[in-house]
Amino acid sequence: MSAKEHSGDYFIPDPSPWPIIGMFSLLITLFGGALAMNGVSLGSYLVVAGLLMFFYLLYGWFRDVIKENLSDCYNRQVDTSFRMGMFWFIASEVFFFLSFFGALYYIRNIALPWLGGDGYLGVTNEILYHGFENVWPSHGPGELGGEFQPMGAWGIPAINTLILLTSGATITWAHWGLKMDNQKQLVNGLIATIALGVFFVILQAYEYGHAYQELNLTLETGAYGSTFYMLTGFHGFHVTMGAVMLMAILGRSMKSHFSSHNHFAFEAVAWYWHFVDVVWLGLFVFVYWL
Amino acid sequence: MTTTTLNHDEAHHHDMPTGWRRWLFSTNHKDIGTLYLLFALIMLFIGGASAMLIRLELFQPGIQLLDPDLYNNLVTNHALIMIFGAVMPAAAGLANWMIPMMIGAPDMALPRMNNLSFWILPAAATMLILSFVVPFFPGGGTQINTGWTLYPPLSVQVGMSMDFLIFAIHLLGISSVLASINIIVTLLNMRAPGMTLMTMPMFCWTWLVTAFLLILVVPVLAGGVTMLLFDRHFGTSFFDAAGGGDPVLFQHLFWFFGHPEVYILLLPSIGVLSHVIPAFSRKPLFGYKSMVGAMLTVATIGMVVWAHHQYTIGMSLGAVTYFMIGTILISIPVGLMIFNFIATMWRGAMTFETPMLFAVAIVLMFTFGGLSGVMLAVVPADMQYHDSMFVVAHFHYVLMPGAVFGLFAGVFYWLPKWTGHMYDETLGKIFFWTNVIGFNITFFPQHFLGLAGMPRRIVDYNMMFTEFNVISSIGAIIFGLSHLLLLYIVIKTIRGGKKAESRAWEGAKGLEWELDSPPAFHTWTVAPQIK
Amino acid sequence: MSATQQLINNQSYKLKTASLTGILVAGMFFADISRAEYGINFPPPAADVAQEIYDIHMLTMQITTVLLLIVFGFVFYSLYYHRKSRGFQADQNFHNSWFGNWSWVVVPVMVLGVDLTIAGKADAVLKKVWDVPKEENILDVKVTGHQWWWEFDYLDHDIKVESRYVPEKESGDLYLREVDNRLVLPTGQKIRFLHTSADVLHAFWVPELAVKKDAIPGYVTETWAELNREGVFRGQCAELCGTWHSRMPIVVESVSPQQFAAWVDDQKAIKVAAAAEASADKTWSLDELMAKGKTLYDTKCAACHQVSGMGLPPAFPGLKGSAMVTGPIEAHLEIVIKGKEGTAMQPWGSLNDLEIAAIVTYERNAWDNNTGDVVQPSDVKQAR
Ligand code: HEA
Ligand code: HEA
Ligand code: HEC
Ligand code: CUA
Ligand SMILES: [Cu+2]
Repeated sequence: MSAKEHSGDYFIPDPSPWPIIGMFSLLITLFGGALAMNGVSLGSYLVVAGLLMFFYLLYGWFRDVIKENLSDCYNRQVDTSFRMGMFWFIASEVFFFLSFFGALYYIRNIALPWLGGDGYLGVTNEILYHGFENVWPSHGPGELGGEFQPMGAWGIPAINTLILLTSGATITWAHWGLKMDNQKQLVNGLIATIALGVFFVILQAYEYGHAYQELNLTLETGAYGSTFYMLTGFHGFHVTMGAVMLMAILGRSMKSHFSSHNHFAFEAVAWYWHFVDVVWLGLFVFVYWL
Repeated sequence: MTTTTLNHDEAHHHDMPTGWRRWLFSTNHKDIGTLYLLFALIMLFIGGASAMLIRLELFQPGIQLLDPDLYNNLVTNHALIMIFGAVMPAAAGLANWMIPMMIGAPDMALPRMNNLSFWILPAAATMLILSFVVPFFPGGGTQINTGWTLYPPLSVQVGMSMDFLIFAIHLLGISSVLASINIIVTLLNMRAPGMTLMTMPMFCWTWLVTAFLLILVVPVLAGGVTMLLFDRHFGTSFFDAAGGGDPVLFQHLFWFFGHPEVYILLLPSIGVLSHVIPAFSRKPLFGYKSMVGAMLTVATIGMVVWAHHQYTIGMSLGAVTYFMIGTILISIPVGLMIFNFIATMWRGAMTFETPMLFAVAIVLMFTFGGLSGVMLAVVPADMQYHDSMFVVAHFHYVLMPGAVFGLFAGVFYWLPKWTGHMYDETLGKIFFWTNVIGFNITFFPQHFLGLAGMPRRIVDYNMMFTEFNVISSIGAIIFGLSHLLLLYIVIKTIRGGKKAESRAWEGAKGLEWELDSPPAFHTWTVAPQIK
Repeated sequence: MSATQQLINNQSYKLKTASLTGILVAGMFFADISRAEYGINFPPPAADVAQEIYDIHMLTMQITTVLLLIVFGFVFYSLYYHRKSRGFQADQNFHNSWFGNWSWVVVPVMVLGVDLTIAGKADAVLKKVWDVPKEENILDVKVTGHQWWWEFDYLDHDIKVESRYVPEKESGDLYLREVDNRLVLPTGQKIRFLHTSADVLHAFWVPELAVKKDAIPGYVTETWAELNREGVFRGQCAELCGTWHSRMPIVVESVSPQQFAAWVDDQKAIKVAAAAEASADKTWSLDELMAKGKTLYDTKCAACHQVSGMGLPPAFPGLKGSAMVTGPIEAHLEIVIKGKEGTAMQPWGSLNDLEIAAIVTYERNAWDNNTGDVVQPSDVKQAR
């Protein structure tokens, strides 16, 4: 699979089965998901099958990419394409998160004040919810989910902030190692980053357990519970994905796949990790702190 | 624009894959483009068939063919299939075919991902169609009777079919985001040496802006429907006042996507026109720079005026005034585009082949639709128009000419390039006239219906609305049948016809016309030098 | 007199209508050849603000018509003269002329001018229309949308009107435009509408009043109007609200203040009588309850469960032979009183004990359900 075999100097991959497999894996997963949510038991098996297929696809696709990369198929221009692609992918993710931050903003600053009697639709309060006061955290005039306590900012969340910030530093350190062809620093930096990431996820899971059992803070806890779990949940999911990607990169680093001038995969994952980091800062400020 | 190197493609015929693998595993932009176009054509017919059922039901007052829920489910599917299944994929098909050829690139920047973004579409279509079919099975829950806007709490009441639809929307979103990434990267990174952003063909510019819009707004829709899914199944209360949420929040999320979406539908067609009109006026595009500027302005303003779909939800005076003025101001850049088209025709030497006929029809009829848009933008008046048939008339007048006719124009314009054959011009003209006349008979009377007080999305109506509905339905049948002619013309052209030259049209300019018709499997394997 | 004729006869409309070009002319042509009750434009307003809205609608329509004609004019001129077949040579330097270089400024400035004209005019109207005037003796009417009927609460008079569509048999030509109980409103007094909903989104729309507002469950939105003439004005629900969205007409009956006062007294008397009947300590017979129950069922429940009791599965379960309806009375009472959350089945607890007893008795014995159960108001009281 050498570049020469292909047309011109821009690498055009051979026909590949992975996209079709990707299509089927997504279809099966989501089809199963829709069934499972409506209590059809077949659904959950399909979800598992679809996800397995998806991971197989990721494995296969990236295996091809790595093979092509190692046989020098990719020139500068291809590398730039990958970089730009990753950049715009992250941009789309930013907007995905923005929709949840936007929801939080809207509920806190527009909807709840109305329900509480302020602002343009304040008459709502007078007609429908006499006596309801708007204080955040809120589970609404219907007091959905019952009595609860909010999640404080200065316990685990603060620790998690430190963890993620540190992990941002360690991955940069690993990147320096890579740039200086210092494999040891690269590997150590990655291991530290992964460890921090995993630690973060564990703490987050612990925090959820705490919230469910002791604070009675659940998904059903009105607007506060909804936004809290949605934002932190999607973020946690991204951290998990990031950690998996870091592990793949670690494996490749150990096999010395990267050189100081050819390591797009590493950079892509690093960008992703920084993105996850920044989102967390937003979460910390808007979900936990303010 | 001239090139110094000509194409060196003949040498590469040997690595063209054959059989089903060629299509399923493809990494070739032309094949994927063909797949996109084919998919769009099929979806046009499915979406059109549901439109025909809608019009048949509305032919007379009373409930003849369709249960109310089935009717509304057809409306929902009609809209989603047309927008996400027909128009967007067709535009993406044109992009796939033409962008690499226009900018002198060997292929799209990320060819394998290109195939993925196409193949997710059939999966999405499957989920969409399942959402329609599931309620017919015992235990399958209720029909989706919400319209394409999926407003809660109605969409929370619907049964499991809604979950299929939500996932279909996720898939459509993934597909368009991937496709957009690919197009942006291709345009930014793959232009032939010497071609700058400000000299690249206008179609490329329109798609660049479209792709940006898609990347920015589609994820928001995905987020919105995800919250809807959670409200339905996991007890959250984003859209439930009892928990402190607000049903209107969903509307904001939807239209934050939905309004830019209409420009996503519009812009690629504007791009096509920017090639068709100069070609048949034999004169360069008037105002290239102002066109680019106008487009960027439309995209920017378009992102911040979404709430003009929600004037009636109870917004403060300040908010409606802002959204009204923002919306009305969009007429400036769009007006500039229309002006540039007219100025391109002005003092040209025009001939009227089918693509040009469609182009002229667009300039006239899109303007009409756009102007009724400005009427809708006026808040006090929209207190009357909102959710009436007047709105339906407005958006078909912008969607059909603005999006679909533009795609037709593109198809006729480039069909000789793709197939190597000229289409049958007489049939093309017959198609144009039946299509345009049918279109106007269908949708013009709907303005009156709306003003007289007929709401949209109703299965049954009072006698006083009969006449215009009859006219509209008759028009729709003419209009619908005319598409069979389109199908025939396309098939006929693929199978044979007068041989097309490389430069199929006298006035056509651009790199794509320097390639053979049909072009080799791999083109521009050596990038042309642009002087 | 039909709406169109009224429109044409009215002097001020005549002038405006006459000044309309293309669009309306074509429309008028169709209107003439068609039969009565025909509309091509908004019906004549019945309130001052509605008149303002009507005027701004006509204004923008005229402006846009003129713009359209300009565009058509240039295009057709060009299509005719600048054709290759007429031997016209393309002017390759047109875009390099002075005009070509500056049109990107000239055109936007001109369009901006038109835009500001429209926006300025609209803004002035908006200021008058938008916010409810702060006035002491404003009449508060709370409008609640239900699937699929309207509830009108006269907050100042403590009366409530339930308004439902009337089937074709009884309404004839006014099918889908006629209701059983109209929204009666006085002229010459400012009215504040407070819109809300019990289930999904609806929208209150009566073109003559020109106020359209969404009814949002859990929120209250406001509009206002002051009627300036008597008459009957018809509108429809204008926000998709599920299966029978088409069957939510609104009929406003605009009457003089004196008539309104009389109507209010009537309603109060009816209310008192009904309350007395319900609380009378009486044991009702099966037949009495069945008769009462049938009327109530047919108006309140049949929209979903159908007169035949067959429902419209899967959306609405049939009650004929249903396990719930032929099973224990408690569960049956419970779902009727409390409804079922997340479905279209709303709580009916606001009905009085007698009404619920009658409906439940009816359901348990109609359509061959024949359970023989008789549910008394006292049972309902207990179940609450
Ligand atoms: C291709 C799709 C498309 C396009 C391009 C547009 C373009 C515009 N639309 Fe439209 N619109 C839709 C598709 C589109 N729309 C759809 C699908 C809906 C309904 C969705 C639903 O509810 O289901 C909708 C609904 C809709 C509404 C909501 C109505 C309601 O529900 O109450 C409004 C309100 O402001 C509106 C306004 C506009 C405006 C101002 C433009 C402007 O961009 C138009 C600009 C163009 C011109 C103005 C003409 C050319 C300009 C000149 C000749 C210059 C001179 C002009 C002036 C000085 C005014 N549209
Ligand atoms: C790009 C988008 C697009 C396109 C192309 C169309 C195309 C058409 N639409 Fe569109 N429509 C929407 C987008 C679109 N629509 C949207 C967004 C809505 C709002 C939905 C909502 O309220 O939620 C809507 C709603 C809508 C309504 C309003 C329903 C209601 O509110 O109650 C109506 C009614 O007339 C209608 C009619 C038509 C017709 C007749 C066509 C025709 O153009 C279709 C023509 C095409 C064909 C017919 C296909 C090809 C031919 C055949 C299949 C051969 C067979 C033909 C015969 C048997 C005659 N549409
Ligand atoms: C807007 C539509 C609607 C109206 C009006 C309505 N219902 Fe229902 N009803 C429903 C729906 C939907 C269900 C199914 C709820 C579920 O999913 O369990 C239902 C369920 C029921 C059931 C339980 C049936 C069973 O077999 O489980 C009873 C009893 C019932 N309704 C009685 C009534 C009565 C009495 C009235 C009028 C006073 C009424 N309904 C009006 C929609 C409606
Ligand atoms: Cu109520 Cu539509
Ligand atoms: Cu819009």
